[in-house]
Amino acid sequence: MLNFVESVQEAVSGIKDGSTVMIGGFGNAGQPFELIDALLDCGATDLTVVNNNAGQGDQGLALLIKEGRVKKMICSFPRQSDSWHFDAKYKAGEIELELVPQGNLAERIRAAGAGIGGFFTPTGYGTMLAEGKETRIIDGRGQVFETPIHADVALIKALKADGKGNLVYRKTARNFGPIMAAAARHSIVQVSEIVPVGALDPENVVTPGIYVNTVVRVPAAAGSTTGTEEKVA
Amino acid sequence: MGVMESSIKTSEAPLSRDDLARLVARDIAPGSFVNLGIGQPTLVSNYLTEDQDITLHTENGMLGMGPEARGEEIDEDLINAGKIPVTELPGASYFHHADSFAMMRGGHLDICVLGAFQVSVTGDLANWHTGAPGAIPAVGGAMDLATGAKDVFVMMTLLTREGASKIVESCTYPLTGVGCVTRVYTDKAVFLTGPGGITVRETFGCTLEELQELVPVPLKAAAAA
Repeated sequence: MLNFVESVQEAVSGIKDGSTVMIGGFGNAGQPFELIDALLDCGATDLTVVNNNAGQGDQGLALLIKEGRVKKMICSFPRQSDSWHFDAKYKAGEIELELVPQGNLAERIRAAGAGIGGFFTPTGYGTMLAEGKETRIIDGRGQVFETPIHADVALIKALKADGKGNLVYRKTARNFGPIMAAAARHSIVQVSEIVPVGALDPENVVTPGIYVNTVVRVPAAAGSTTGTEEKVA
Repeated sequence: MGVMESSIKTSEAPLSRDDLARLVARDIAPGSFVNLGIGQPTLVSNYLTEDQDITLHTENGMLGMGPEARGEEIDEDLINAGKIPVTELPGASYFHHADSFAMMRGGHLDICVLGAFQVSVTGDLANWHTGAPGAIPAVGGAMDLATGAKDVFVMMTLLTREGASKIVESCTYPLTGVGCVTRVYTDKAVFLTGPGGITVRETFGCTLEELQELVPVPLKAAAAA
């Protein structure tokens, strides 16, 4: 079911305590900041969050972690120069970390959306991140069994949605958006612009609307370099 | 010249970081698809020539990455894996994260260039974690890059600040990948690694014998290419 809502508060209002929440973005590109802020305000807690990182500075995911709302992070790169809120919680033993190589993270998310029960990958073979996991030699290479990562909800930022929920993204802000939209049982997307059905060239749709449940328009901030102009679509 | 023990010495002095980057750039075959890791490997892009027609990959979803963006070029939707604003070149393409790592893991990238803490004689790589108690582990794309590209080049200083060799018999730091490194570019020598062990392609500012005093594994000159 696809619905269009008027506010980010309404968009996240169904997120329950204990949910697994995927959050798109790599660095600031593609981070759904307004949806994350709304999640912070709505009070849902005891969350498992899937993101490439574990929050930066004093905004977005970092604040969710600071407020003690995240019990577990599944990510590839938690430690950064400005990841002080995660660092403090981790050192205090107040947050669980599942560290996943970035390509395995992406493929595990993709597998969930594609209904795959798991896969063997050479990434991580022979390292401490493969300890305790099933391994096989396939085509002469050591490979590690990895399982899908499912989620209750995904929070995603795209450039435009049409009336069918079809999405286009912008440059490297695409990153985890398409695979998270498919992997989550309910995907919530903030876009800069909503266009009528038929306004997107079907050849250029990146995420088909079948993967999209809730859409909310969040205009690009004034002075932002994230333009809404587009060469195609 | 012509003296046996110094025949692979190609420079009178150790190489600077920029000289090393220039050498790596020169060794990349024309037309290659290349991923340059964060830090020292990024310098290599300064020395790639237009004639080489190299396509740079960044794992956050782009082929055809251009130089760092400056001034009005800066676009917060266009960054590299180090989260630095970059530019796009004509012919660039964007794709999602699973596709980006599939092209890496699928062996489609010709070369990736990475930094390292240690490399073993058989090409094991340690570059993501010191294993120190209390250190917060962060792996990013390092393990995927190490196992995915056809050739994995490492760029590093030969010695740690304490003077220990980073070329080792076997890594003491946690591994990033097993037997994945094919070449190691250091300030004092270029090493070739693999299942057959380690050889030295060339030395900078020292003879093979002088190099051997710094490195705790038996070294021999590589067969001439």
